[in-house]
Amino acid sequence: MLTTLLHQRHEELGARFAPFAGYDMPIQYPSGAVEEHRLTRRSVGLFDIDHMGQILVSGKGSGEALSTLVSNRILDMKPNQARYALLLSEEAGVLDDLFIYKADRDAGNLPGMKSLLPPGTAIDFSDAWFVVVNASNREADYKRLRSLLPASISVIDLSDAAYMIAVQGPRAVELLDALSGGAVSATPRFSMTDASLAGVPALIGRTGYTGEDGAELFYPSSKAVELWDALLKGAAERGIEAGPIGLAARDSLRFEAAMPLHGHEITASINPIEALLSWACDLDKEFIGKAALLKIKAAGPARKLVTLSVTGGVPREGYPVQDEAGRDLGPCVAGMFCPTAGSYAANAFVPPDLAKPGTILKVIIRGAAKDAVVVKRPLYIPAYRR
Amino acid sequence: MKIDTEARYAKSHEWAKKDGAEFVIGISDHAQHSLGDIVYVDLPKVGANFTKGAAFGVVESVKAASDLYLPVAGKVTAVNTALADKPDLVNKDCYGDGWIVKVAPSNPAEMDELLTPADYEKIAEEE
Repeated sequence: MLTTLLHQRHEELGARFAPFAGYDMPIQYPSGAVEEHRLTRRSVGLFDIDHMGQILVSGKGSGEALSTLVSNRILDMKPNQARYALLLSEEAGVLDDLFIYKADRDAGNLPGMKSLLPPGTAIDFSDAWFVVVNASNREADYKRLRSLLPASISVIDLSDAAYMIAVQGPRAVELLDALSGGAVSATPRFSMTDASLAGVPALIGRTGYTGEDGAELFYPSSKAVELWDALLKGAAERGIEAGPIGLAARDSLRFEAAMPLHGHEITASINPIEALLSWACDLDKEFIGKAALLKIKAAGPARKLVTLSVTGGVPREGYPVQDEAGRDLGPCVAGMFCPTAGSYAANAFVPPDLAKPGTILKVIIRGAAKDAVVVKRPLYIPAYRR
Repeated sequence: MKIDTEARYAKSHEWAKKDGAEFVIGISDHAQHSLGDIVYVDLPKVGANFTKGAAFGVVESVKAASDLYLPVAGKVTAVNTALADKPDLVNKDCYGDGWIVKVAPSNPAEMDELLTPADYEKIAEEE
């Protein structure tokens, strides 16, 4: 079992651990997952997400080549911009979801990016892309990019060199600004900056996975503990309530904000149209999976992702969903108590005629059919859409 | 770990306390702590009869659902309806406001077969 460099810190903080994507990860701390969720919505949460991967794609023509492997438009991106995209199979199954940052042309001279590169590596930053991938797909994604991109293009796995944490919540930018001389509020949403944060060189992406404002940080692994500690100390010194957040609350935060989790709302056997991710697919360009997507679009998807609000128990992954007549529609792909929404909710794929908000379905909880109503997504409107 | 010295315990971490002729039933501090945040409690119907050790309800934490086992045989005379809106009462006050059911015991002597606070504490500590 792998551990992150903050494992000892989590132990000291009293975390409970569980395996996730091959890592022994903190699931919750003593205050509990519900309070951690609320703390992130109320002030600031810190997330150790170093199990995620980072891949740098660079060299002349790398943008054009990478564009053919990912669903969303990237060639119009300006340096430092970030965009969400999908890695699709030929059949349009979702192999992974990615955040792609277009690197600054001058990134090779900037301390944050420089600190992540292997010594002596010459990178052509005139056409370079920093790709953030899911933990469980890191190796597969690297292999896919390496094998499908021309040999002339450099593909470097920076996952070991780069430490990744997220700082999320309504006061996250205030905290990060205080430690970076105001660099973060000066960075528009969905873009990154290269700055010194509490004296640590870092790439700071104004992105996240909670529905709150905040940032995802990439910095040298040798400074993993130093920056984590500095963030908690910096918050305490400024009277900003902040604390560590485990994977359980990370899941409920992303669920309420209707953000997909690979292995649940998206998998290799789920296509982006049924997963409600058409917005991340640019059909005006060529990419792997496009032909299959066009066919699915023309025929109409056989099923659609819905969120169900359930009465009489906690719906969980794998619990069967039925229509009112008792016909099986398939399992819940995720389900939980949602602290901010104050409801028990599940995600599931159902035929499009049953996907309208207000539709009454059933979720089978321990053998009993419980009322489930299709509700409007998201349960919590993300900060960037407010 | 808090132990209510007025209560008797089952190995499965429920407690029972005398309340007149009835027994109040809940889960131990050790149990609520191990489960973590309790977000739903599935309560039985008032009037339902259960044998000793029968599953009479379910507590659901953030990550899992766990059966509740009745430490003594009996008929449910009351359920803690406050748990419908505030399941976290089980976390906050497991021996008080976080009680789960009251039962009229079929055989009140079964109380004496349950673990003493000291014996239960030993078992819980070893887990």
